[in-house]
Amino acid sequence: MKKTRNSFFYIGGALSLVMTLLILVGYIWTPYSPTQMDAAAINQAPTLSHLLGTDNFGRDIFSRVLEGAGTSFLIAVCVVAIGCICGILIGSLCGYYGGIADAILTRLCDSITAFPSVLLALVVVSIMGPGTYNIILALGLLFIPSFARIVRGEFARCRDLNYIQSAKLMGVGNARILFRHILPNTRSVLLPTITIGFNNAILSEASMSFLGLGIQPPHASLGSMLSDSQTYLGSAPWYAIGVGGTIVLLILGFSLLGEGLQQRARRT
Amino acid sequence: METQKVLEVCHLNSYYDQGRSLFGRKGARKQVLKDVTFHIDQGEILGLVGESGCGKTTLSRTILGMVSDYDGEVIHHSKRPQMVFQDPFGSLNPTRSIGWILEEPLRAAGGMTGPERKAAVLEMLEKIGLGSEFVSRRPWELSGGQRQRISIAAAMITRPKLIIADEPVSALDVTIQAQILRLLVGLKKEFDLSYLFISHDLNVIYQICNRVLVMKDGAIVEQNTVDELFAHPQHPYTKQLLAAAE
Repeated sequence: MKKTRNSFFYIGGALSLVMTLLILVGYIWTPYSPTQMDAAAINQAPTLSHLLGTDNFGRDIFSRVLEGAGTSFLIAVCVVAIGCICGILIGSLCGYYGGIADAILTRLCDSITAFPSVLLALVVVSIMGPGTYNIILALGLLFIPSFARIVRGEFARCRDLNYIQSAKLMGVGNARILFRHILPNTRSVLLPTITIGFNNAILSEASMSFLGLGIQPPHASLGSMLSDSQTYLGSAPWYAIGVGGTIVLLILGFSLLGEGLQQRARRT
Repeated sequence: METQKVLEVCHLNSYYDQGRSLFGRKGARKQVLKDVTFHIDQGEILGLVGESGCGKTTLSRTILGMVSDYDGEVIHHSKRPQMVFQDPFGSLNPTRSIGWILEEPLRAAGGMTGPERKAAVLEMLEKIGLGSEFVSRRPWELSGGQRQRISIAAAMITRPKLIIADEPVSALDVTIQAQILRLLVGLKKEFDLSYLFISHDLNVIYQICNRVLVMKDGAIVEQNTVDELFAHPQHPYTKQLLAAAE
């Protein structure tokens, strides 16, 4: 049979690589200072000197998009890291040992995933107040169940396999069995989950900042910029298009990458 | 001459809990093993034969301490026995190299340095007839017979005295079966091992075992030396098995 090319994987991988590189460059260098205002150049259309035009304060939109995407990216990385690490810990212990604690935690995770995550994050942030760290904490906590569920399933499947039984007979310690014998086997399902989770994190952060509960001015994030640009949708549409387009490209790249990784996992 | 025993099993009964109902009430407790008594001598290959579902695998799991609900006695006269499984695909960790897989029992046992372990792995690979190039290979690159050799090596590398082999050749081609059986007999002599050899195939049992246990519905209905059992089967079930194998 002809081997089908995994085009999702390659296109998604290329797109997310380009976006990640741009964001990394944005951390050390932007064409203009993202906060530098210029009263002579307000709401200018895109030109060669201002690639995405300027906003209502005369700030370079391209530089601000780079900074905003960098903030969103950093938040998403932290959120996924919290969700993934805690999810692996909870999921592995639940899946491997089972029992009553597993039953309770699994039901708890199920009931958390039953609510839309942005809604729950809004509740958490309205209690703790807005701010970068609170956003990371709220989203991170809400991302734990999705990881825990996937990891739990894989550990429960591997627990009864012969090579794990042999390892137990050889006297390999429990921690070593969990993280050196079983964990590498969850890689094929964990990788797509991380990419998709990363996407959801960027979207959730953008939604919350859009609603004014996320990143506070003068810092920029993709969500808060999209919210600002709405006012000028008629007079300066390039503002919304530049910011929205960046979100779309970022999400598209990682979605395709996640889909491609999932296809890969199914194939092997 | 006094022969030493490596394992004694006395009046062993084991039970299986048929799951719990929705409200945590215990399901029916089904008895799997019924008053099983036998021993294995040092250097002996003891066959265990019976149809699938008769409790052969449960017996091996109980001996190895993987079943918690049992009564009776299991006395080990040597260090913990190791196991070789039937399915050569599920018994090797697919994400690890052969070298890592063979080194792991030594790491778990402790007391050896890295280079000593690596040397032991190479020596073991040579004994099972595979070259040193297998160290870096992954399980999915190997054939069924090669995988089963690796499983055997992993079980023996810490030099246990007793190996429980649960249908170790059933999943293999007849020619590969013969090679693996020869390897098992050869390694037994070299390492002074004993085997509990579980099989449903009387031909395989006849080729390599010294004594045979015949198991039916969790009970041992007959035990005798191979020659006696094949020449003069006593129990009707044994006769039935022998008739079916011809």
